[in-house]
Amino acid sequence: MKNLTFAAGLLTASAALADTPVLTVYAPDYFASEWGPGPSIEAAFEASCDCDLQFKTGDVLGRIILEGTRTDADAVIGLNTDITKKARETGLFAPHGQDVAKLTLPLDWTDEVFLPFNYSHTAFIYNTESLPNAPQSFDELLAADDSLSLVIQDPRSSISGLALVLWVKSVYGDRAESVWEQLAPKILTVTKGWSESYGLFTDGEADMVLSYTTSPAYHIVAEGDLTKKAAIFPEGHYFMVELAAKIAGTDNPELADAFLAFILTDTFQNLIPTGNWSLPAALPVPEWPEAFQELPLPEKVLFYSEDEAADLRAETIEEWRRALSK
Amino acid sequence: MAPRAVQIIAGAALAAFVIAPLSAVWAKAGPAVRFGPAEWAALRFTLLQAALSAALSVLLAIPLARALARSRFWGRDVTIMLLGAPFILPVIVAVLGLIAIFGQNGLLNDGLRALGFEPLSIYGLQGVLLAHVFFNLPLATRMILLGWMSLPSERIRLGQSLGLGAMARFYLIEWPMIRRILPSAFAVIFVICLSSFAVALTLGGGPKATTIELAIYQAFRFEFDFATAALLGLVQLFLSVSAAGVALWLAGHDRLGIGLDRPAPAARRPLSERCIDAGVILGAMLFLILPLALLFIKGAAGVPDLGAPVWFAALRSLALALGATLLCLCFALPLATRWGELIATLGIAVSPLVLGTGLFLIVRPYVNPFDVALGVTLCVNALMSLPFALRILRPEVQAVEQNFSHLSAALGLGAWGWFRWVMLPRLRRPLGFAAGLTAALSMGDLGVIALFGDAEWATLPLKIYQLMGSYRMDQAAAAAVLLLALSLGLFWLFDRVGRYGAQDQ
Repeated sequence: MKNLTFAAGLLTASAALADTPVLTVYAPDYFASEWGPGPSIEAAFEASCDCDLQFKTGDVLGRIILEGTRTDADAVIGLNTDITKKARETGLFAPHGQDVAKLTLPLDWTDEVFLPFNYSHTAFIYNTESLPNAPQSFDELLAADDSLSLVIQDPRSSISGLALVLWVKSVYGDRAESVWEQLAPKILTVTKGWSESYGLFTDGEADMVLSYTTSPAYHIVAEGDLTKKAAIFPEGHYFMVELAAKIAGTDNPELADAFLAFILTDTFQNLIPTGNWSLPAALPVPEWPEAFQELPLPEKVLFYSEDEAADLRAETIEEWRRALSK
Repeated sequence: MAPRAVQIIAGAALAAFVIAPLSAVWAKAGPAVRFGPAEWAALRFTLLQAALSAALSVLLAIPLARALARSRFWGRDVTIMLLGAPFILPVIVAVLGLIAIFGQNGLLNDGLRALGFEPLSIYGLQGVLLAHVFFNLPLATRMILLGWMSLPSERIRLGQSLGLGAMARFYLIEWPMIRRILPSAFAVIFVICLSSFAVALTLGGGPKATTIELAIYQAFRFEFDFATAALLGLVQLFLSVSAAGVALWLAGHDRLGIGLDRPAPAARRPLSERCIDAGVILGAMLFLILPLALLFIKGAAGVPDLGAPVWFAALRSLALALGATLLCLCFALPLATRWGELIATLGIAVSPLVLGTGLFLIVRPYVNPFDVALGVTLCVNALMSLPFALRILRPEVQAVEQNFSHLSAALGLGAWGWFRWVMLPRLRRPLGFAAGLTAALSMGDLGVIALFGDAEWATLPLKIYQLMGSYRMDQAAAAAVLLLALSLGLFWLFDRVGRYGAQDQ
């Protein structure tokens, strides 16, 4: 009898589950893991939507391209501007339909398909104790003694590595290749992804690591460690923005719209700084957590449109490869 | 041995599991294939580092295996097990361990600076070779050590009573065994190093150290260029299968002769020989175990504070490892032939990225890949361990067949009787070793789960990456210690069961 009640309970529960609409959102692994902002965003959204938000992790754009129109995704989150041209060309994404006037980005955003949810800039991070006289400009970095050691990410396997070659290109233009030749002796090594580089840096293996202007915030907020700083260069820093989008063929268009609208709410935006260690895309500075308000940020922000980035990609990677292979 | 039909079915299933995904990626491909100077440079570097890594690993493994085979000392079993540890570590963890010793601020350079010498740089071809030897020396040593164990004790005793000198003993008794094992040990390590990517890049110091695997990753992740990815996958496959084929051809046939299966006596040995052996073993321990010890010291304190999700991931990884081990052994036993070994090389011959993407394309029309991610990971892990399991099992299986099949035929033993009374008792040790290796390898493999895994079903290696990806380097170090302990524990357990009651214990 007890078993029967239990079985009946299970049946009702699963019937209830079946009635709850499921919103499937593809997200990068770092976003949806319990150490990313995913779980708290999921809880906050489910509190308002009477639905079940499920993040599916992995290589977001890669999977969408493989699946084409048959994808189960209703929306995606965590795309990056430097690859949105490829994403747009698939024709799989629908306009987000949100009012972008609420955005607080350092530059104008008019894209109708891809909606920013947070941003940061490429930067070299250093430890003020082991490197008291860090270079204060890109030119100073180039002129620095070759004993200064950098770890960077490979532009062929990492989105931040790609942002770095675009950064160098946007600062130095045609001189980019000779700049890379000047940097080459300082580059201790190149890693596949950001995690490996950052691990080497925190282990004290290198003086500076290619990361984001927001990285010091993690050390300040989570560890109370004030020694990690981003070197801010007057030449400008490359803009890195993360985006969300709605899948055109979704079975749940209303829910997907609701999710995109939710992204611009204060609830979502307040979860971003200490969840994704990034700057909220639609929240005025006074509402940021204190540590983020006090972060040194660049005055000048450099950015290539997706068309420019796509055109420059092969060329800049090849310049980088040639210079570093010598 | 297993009936021919079972062998053919197992072999065909295996080949299909590798060829089908590759074809699926190929079918998805557009017409244009890119194979420019960057790809040629990657091909050259890949071949160079793989050949050098494999050669160094097997050459260094010979004196080490010899020393381990002849020495008897307290803690020998534990030493042999610990010497196997680097092979089963996840790449990223092992690299951080190596850097703790050989890095800019590692122990070695601290020592050199203290003595007034210039520090050495690990970054470059030397670093790639160092890491590949670190990973693969244990494997080569264990393979050759098994060969030493399989030398019939009658031959060793005969050598002793004939008063053979060290040279003559090596040439007449040991060399034929080494000749049989060396080519395939070389081939397996060569094939492993062919698909090296993160190690080669991180320790290679930059794009000079680009491998084909990185070119595949680039083609998939950034360019969505399936044609180039599939072509590069095919190049990898061709190189691997060629290497394995040449190795099988070179290995020739076993001329060791038959013995009575009795343990070799520990002979009195000159002091000089004992000192050399002790030196070799100590050197290997310093090189192989010290980096792990440093990792352990760094992360152990954080293990109790790891949250429940990490522990659940650990349980999931354990279950996955046990499943993969069972599946791997089921395939390994019928495939323990020369052809089987060649086919099994396919398991590590194709880039995991190509394999994972191809499987994704194949299962996608029928089921949601997320729902079968763990199952697919289990199959791929079993597949990737199969070449190692076979490398361990095949010589033993064939030796048993060669040496006992006449006798068994004369006694009229059936297939089951043969397996139960002749084969199995003699395979205990290699089976235990193969199972331990498979379990530990699947434990530490990031695998295809990273391609289409669900965050809620993450395995322990994936958790380590997630922790690192969200700045939690200390917790990642602690999770790595947990992974190391679990992998070694599994390996030790299976190896122990294999040795327990094995005849020469």
